[in-house]
Amino acid sequence: MDVIMLSRLQFAVTAMFHFIFVPLTLGLSVLLAYMETLYVITNNELYLRMTKFWGKLFIINFVLGVVTGITMEFQFGMNWAGYSKYVGDIFGAPLAIEATVAFFLESTFIGLWIFGWNKISKKAHALAMWLVAFGTNLSAFWIIIANAWMQHPVGYAIKNGRAEMTNFWAVVSNNVGMTEFLHTIFAGYVVASFFVMGVSAYHLLKNNEEQLFKTSFKIAATFSLISALMVFFAGDFQASEVAEDQPTKFAAMESVWTTEKPAPYYLLIVPDERNEKNTIQTLKIPGMLSMLAFHNFNAEVKGLKAFPKSDRPPVLPNFISFRLMVGLGMLFILLSFLAFILIRVDMPGLTRIFLKIMLYAIPLPYIANFLGWTLAEVGRQPWIVYGVLKTSDAISNSVSYSQVLASFISFTVVYGVLAIVDIYLLTKYAKQVPSSPMQEY
Amino acid sequence: MIFQVIWFVLWAVLWTVYFMLDGFDLGVGMLQLFVAKNEDERRLMLNTIGPVWDGNEVWLITAGGATFAAFPATYALMFSYLYSALLIILFSLIVRGVAIEFRTKVASSTWINVWNALMFAGSFIPALLLGVAFGNIFHGLPMDANGYHGSILTLLNPYGLLSGLLFVVLFIEHGSLWLSKKINGSLKERIIDIANKNWLLLVALIVIFLIYTGFYTHLYQNYSVHPWLIIIPVLAGITVVMLRFSTSKSVNRSFYLSCVTIVLIMATVLTGLYPNLIPSSIQSSYNLTIFNSSSSEYTLKIMTIVAIIFVPIVIIYQSWTYRIFKTATTIEDTKQNKDVY
Repeated sequence: MDVIMLSRLQFAVTAMFHFIFVPLTLGLSVLLAYMETLYVITNNELYLRMTKFWGKLFIINFVLGVVTGITMEFQFGMNWAGYSKYVGDIFGAPLAIEATVAFFLESTFIGLWIFGWNKISKKAHALAMWLVAFGTNLSAFWIIIANAWMQHPVGYAIKNGRAEMTNFWAVVSNNVGMTEFLHTIFAGYVVASFFVMGVSAYHLLKNNEEQLFKTSFKIAATFSLISALMVFFAGDFQASEVAEDQPTKFAAMESVWTTEKPAPYYLLIVPDERNEKNTIQTLKIPGMLSMLAFHNFNAEVKGLKAFPKSDRPPVLPNFISFRLMVGLGMLFILLSFLAFILIRVDMPGLTRIFLKIMLYAIPLPYIANFLGWTLAEVGRQPWIVYGVLKTSDAISNSVSYSQVLASFISFTVVYGVLAIVDIYLLTKYAKQVPSSPMQEY
Repeated sequence: MIFQVIWFVLWAVLWTVYFMLDGFDLGVGMLQLFVAKNEDERRLMLNTIGPVWDGNEVWLITAGGATFAAFPATYALMFSYLYSALLIILFSLIVRGVAIEFRTKVASSTWINVWNALMFAGSFIPALLLGVAFGNIFHGLPMDANGYHGSILTLLNPYGLLSGLLFVVLFIEHGSLWLSKKINGSLKERIIDIANKNWLLLVALIVIFLIYTGFYTHLYQNYSVHPWLIIIPVLAGITVVMLRFSTSKSVNRSFYLSCVTIVLIMATVLTGLYPNLIPSSIQSSYNLTIFNSSSSEYTLKIMTIVAIIFVPIVIIYQSWTYRIFKTATTIEDTKQNKDVY
């Protein structure tokens, strides 16, 4: 493994770890704000206790999102100095804007929310959580604008030996950014909904506080159903954008080797990367791939062989990530739909089985999120900025192999310990029955 | 060219505000380990920074982001040259944030003691290493056309360590004045006493630092070209002297003076640094300046607009939250309130 691969691996590990916490924050902040608003409107204590219960879990999760986020911002300069110098004129701006308009908002108001229960009015307190939710989602917007520029660079020119911004509005309104943003935040909402449904299922199975957890489950089920559908629609748009803007990624995720017009879709494919073909491809639907890619049954879809080997991403990780992610996405729609129905009907036996499924389904949306990011980032290779800068030209020249190895090992160890502590605390607090007196220091 | 100057000022403001705000968080994080006689006192101390530390830390992230957006070449080289030092700062800040949030989440004294120690480490190390990093920036890094010729050990030179120590002592002073403003009871008197004793150390370090800086850096060059600038360090000196003899009646004034002191100290050194961001200790032609490492004028203009609109908004709502938590608390308050740490 060379220093490039090691730097990539470190970035992947730190980004993935950061993204354990982010999606839950994105969705749970909205759910919490909604629950607290219900409390303000109805004055029903149930919603207050609900807000406090989920709020405790939110805070444990939130702090890890914050602290692991600092790593992300430092790492561009630490490990990717070549990249930072070459595209900093464009890429730095959304990052700085993210900090200025979003991080301050979420970080300031979460402090107010945690400590402000008796200091500000009920309305102001609920508003604080809305501002946290707005701040987190806004921060997702800006970081995805930055990422979208790497996927589909717009509004720039190569000048003075680097990429310089020529049109800020083009960078901000990048169509790839819009769909990627929707896909990502709604995926986060699915994570949060499944989290709330799963934890509620645990308590419902134990007959703890039925009213509180049934109501939580209901709210989350509705939120989940809408979100899972939105993820699907946004994802469909994204696939056509990828086909248009990043043909190599599209060919890799669908394992298409030869250019065809119209291109069929095979339900079953086993790629053979070494021999540049598919060992098995069967269950053909004529013209379907053209349809999925360009919404036109007769469109041409480029195969990987149309590109030089040095410009192709690896097939297997993209192909697997894509198919698994889509499969999981469909499953989430189904489960959310069932959740939406079953929590409203009275079929105890069936409901119990379903609640068990939902408890064990908590990790699934997280996995789908990881798969999505794997596809987005590995699928873009060998480019760090598609068509503009290769990943191999982006690293820091002054950082040695041993330095990256040392930092990679330290990140893995420190993050590993944090993960254990976090899971321990989340489980402990998730299992706590809200009405029982908490042992608090 | 005017935009590079504007962004130098903004860059300086972001770092300064970061030190002015998170400085007392780091100070409290260090003090809690030795000053608190029991967990109640420790909770009281940590809860003064509980509502604000997270928002304060964002000034650091914004300072980093602004360096990236406005001076990408400096961002790239500074962060990759100081790789190992930054890594340690990063881990410490991660540990600090987690420690304050997780400390009381399990009712076990071992759990709490471990996080208390980590809270100290996570506050002491960033204070020290940020000082070391800035000391080395003032002196200049061994860099030329072929890149960087140093390591983390090069950074730990006497001047760097002196700057680091100065930061630590300055933040302890700042943190203790913050605490004496925010809490009531016997702990308050003890902390004021610490502030007054620590002041002697602070003055000694500042004097050594000022002399050493004259021999070891070029920071005084701008002052010899524009002698009227000397007003800044003179004012800094006056505020430092005025910090002496804090009493329980003057704590509000002392804390604000301490804020002004940090601002003036940063203004003193950064005025000396201008227009460099990182000088080269090998040859001045390799200096990274605000002119040779900046973004395009277009990007700087966009970022200026963003900063002009949003930084004041941030200041307004952050000040508002500070006002909400402005009353000093006692141990009894902390015991009653279950929502705090």
